[in-house]
Amino acid sequence: MTPQANIMVVAPIIAGREAELRRLLASMNREPGVADPDNPLVPFGKITTLHFARFVVLEDKTREDLLVYGAPLPNAINSLAFLCDCDGTADALRRDLVSHAEAGLRQIFSFCTSFQSGRDLLRWMEEHEQTAATTYNNWLGRTAQQVREEEALRKALDLRLQKKATTGWNARQVWEELRAFVADEKAARRLTLTPAARTPLSWSIKNLLDCVGVPLLLLLLSPILLLYLPIFLIQLRIHELNDPVIAPRPSTEHAKALAVFEDRVITNQFSAYGNIKPGLFRRWTLAFLLFAVEYTTRHIYNRGFLARVNTIHFARWVFLDNRTRLFFASNYDGGLETYMGDFINKVAWGLNIVFSNGVGYPKTNWLVMDGAKDELTFKDFLRRHQLPTDVWYDAAPGITAFDMERNSRIRDGIEQESMTDDELSEWIKLF
Amino acid sequence: MPFTDADYRDMQGLLRFGYVHLTEACFLLLRIEDAAAAGHWLESAPVATAEEQKPSPKTALQIALTCEGLRKLGLPEDLLSGFSAEFLSGMSGDENRSRRLGDVGENAPSYWGWGGPSDVPDAVVLLYARPGLLEEWKRSIETGLKNSGFKLLQCLPTSDMGGVEPFGFVDGVSQPTLDWEGRRDVSGDQLTYGNVTMLGEFVLGYPNEYGKYTTRPVIPGHETGGLPAADDSEGYSDLGRNGSYLVIRQIEQDVRGLWQFLDKQVSGDASKRQTLAEKMVGRQMSGDSLLPMTDQSISGVGPDKEDIQRNQFTFDGDADGVRCPFGAHVRRANPRNADYPAGTHDLLEKLIRLLGFGRKSIRDDMVASTRFHRLVRRGREYGTKLSPDQRLQPKPPDEAASGLEFVCLNANISRQFEFIQSAWLMSGKFDGLNEEGDPLLGNREAVAGCPVDKFSLPVAGGVRQQIQGLPRFTTVRGGAYFFLPGVRALRYLARIAKFD
Repeated sequence: MTPQANIMVVAPIIAGREAELRRLLASMNREPGVADPDNPLVPFGKITTLHFARFVVLEDKTREDLLVYGAPLPNAINSLAFLCDCDGTADALRRDLVSHAEAGLRQIFSFCTSFQSGRDLLRWMEEHEQTAATTYNNWLGRTAQQVREEEALRKALDLRLQKKATTGWNARQVWEELRAFVADEKAARRLTLTPAARTPLSWSIKNLLDCVGVPLLLLLLSPILLLYLPIFLIQLRIHELNDPVIAPRPSTEHAKALAVFEDRVITNQFSAYGNIKPGLFRRWTLAFLLFAVEYTTRHIYNRGFLARVNTIHFARWVFLDNRTRLFFASNYDGGLETYMGDFINKVAWGLNIVFSNGVGYPKTNWLVMDGAKDELTFKDFLRRHQLPTDVWYDAAPGITAFDMERNSRIRDGIEQESMTDDELSEWIKLF
Repeated sequence: MPFTDADYRDMQGLLRFGYVHLTEACFLLLRIEDAAAAGHWLESAPVATAEEQKPSPKTALQIALTCEGLRKLGLPEDLLSGFSAEFLSGMSGDENRSRRLGDVGENAPSYWGWGGPSDVPDAVVLLYARPGLLEEWKRSIETGLKNSGFKLLQCLPTSDMGGVEPFGFVDGVSQPTLDWEGRRDVSGDQLTYGNVTMLGEFVLGYPNEYGKYTTRPVIPGHETGGLPAADDSEGYSDLGRNGSYLVIRQIEQDVRGLWQFLDKQVSGDASKRQTLAEKMVGRQMSGDSLLPMTDQSISGVGPDKEDIQRNQFTFDGDADGVRCPFGAHVRRANPRNADYPAGTHDLLEKLIRLLGFGRKSIRDDMVASTRFHRLVRRGREYGTKLSPDQRLQPKPPDEAASGLEFVCLNANISRQFEFIQSAWLMSGKFDGLNEEGDPLLGNREAVAGCPVDKFSLPVAGGVRQQIQGLPRFTTVRGGAYFFLPGVRALRYLARIAKFD
């Protein structure tokens, strides 16, 4: 099994050069917001381990919301963020990026204050890495290569079923026919189904330590946490009852700047950025919750769904600027209205525990209740904090997370030596 | 103030009635050329209200305005901005919206006969009349309009096809039941599909399925300009109350194209041809369901016997889509599911589901909860009705087009009409399907290299049958988003126009 990794490079943009940078970024696109895989700056398509990548300008458009707290205004310096989700390790990805796109990346990062032309690109990227507090990967171990191979398999089987009359055949007959077909296609090298690689030992050890270590740590801390709980609840209620809601409808220009990048391919990108409510309470609550969510995404929600939502490929939550700001990025299937609807109707509690620590979020009760359930306020809040993703690369456009799971199941069936009738009757429904 | 009989009198009748006995109808698309004169007409326009009339009326007139129309009447921008973003932008005003709605390729607004980017009407007047009464009445209304600062852009005619749409299927079979009495409780999760829907899903100024009020323009002051009070904001008057958003889309139907394509698929077998058509629609031609009636009654279905026979069903009993394919038009347009996947009853099951566990199959929990995506439909057919034989004959050169003037009412265009259109009908990935859009309404325009021209018919115990290369059977010819104001709101707008 090949685990997935990610990088996020963040660096401030030189004052006055943002417009020029955005033009350069736009030149990488095939259509607005959709990167050309072969663009000369960063030819994403050449990096075969890549799932998703994006360049986004981090601009705090809601900083003045903090005025209601009487808090000092945070800096208004815009940064460039470069994010990738890949197979293997972050180190290997950085090396791949440098070997395939050194000149282009240098050109892009030359718009950042800390980048000098003589600098070692790899080192610079490492130095500007921002580690995520929480990451989500739809399916641990599913590689980009596997996605391509299994989609090719699905297409070949669909075509085979189209050509070969199977009307009246039972599931077993179909399965045997398709197995024989795949064997022939593989022999003729028209189909490849690469077996999973060995799981790196170091990863397994680290994963196991985390899996056991975090609950142990929580168990050790539980007396303190339990003692603190009543105080926490009182603090929480005081905050909840007093935190102002700031969610005016986003301006037409802002909404349009976002919409132009959306619904180009079946999967969409989402980038959001905002300030955490001032004070240590919200900051540490959020840090603890994201730590807990990270545990669940690492060890539980790594098989196709995040609570009830099965349309998210990769997502991450990243603290920035000394934990005063939070950046959220995701890659999801379908349109924004569906995505937000799922947030509200299926996982409002999950959205609430994290984002209610952000300035202006719709009022929650006891952390999990209400909040996102205030539909229109929530939608305006979300949209207002969303940023246009200038460049977005999807290595498998048109293939949803559901499609990927189905394709894997089709392949599993083909690779079985024997199948029971029950297994077959489920398998045949996958087409 | 909860809903009272006075609100019926303040509401245009279309929200409550389909005017099925007024079989003649036409829709006048208008431009406002003189706002003050138009205001005079609007102030006394004979608008039919939702109040029950005895004897039932011989004619009915309804008025709705686009964003441009409201602007021309002189509604200030700060009030206008209280309407939803979709309404302000309009159906064709933003190519990002068009892409989402599937209005690309041959369906692109630039080809529309009306409602395209530079061709949005200011208002629509919908006229309904008993047989034989429309023509004369229409003439007198038209004359009145022309003398009152309106310019008639186009009259969209309709034809009475006896409750059957041009393809030959009984239409308008399923409608949500509106909770007029305010008895519905939406404070908790809804674990079974129901047909009763909060008034606020269709009428502005009342709580919706989230128990919240949809954003709409409100004006400081008590009963300012004769407007009703805003329920949710003390000291404000409500321009939206008893109003709704009216969506019109003219959809041309290639009736011969559909039937001749089907005929080829089944090599001319008449019974198979009909079965295949019924699978694509998801209902029998008679309007009956493809699924057996459930034992359990469904709230808001009945007491009418025919309603029970046609609508007392969900798709829970057809989890594999063998009876009604997943991609069938009615299964997309109204998936009849609840807030949780079927079979979730008690608190523990809910908790397991809430955390994302307990999936019974890969397809589990794919479709959004239906109750947030309902429409009141008031469409009318247009053109000539073809007989079953005619449908299979080549098209004569001078045949007039036929189709549907799709009309629907909703309080939140993006969550209701646009969601259904894009996420359910146009999506090539609805409910875990792949590469297939709505068999009737699909535009067949590939997205990201993904074709959307297939239709799968699941087969029990075997591999699904699949039809490839479905041609486009419908073309969008026009459309717009309107605001259908309450009566007091209409008079308020009229007075603004008069004195502006």
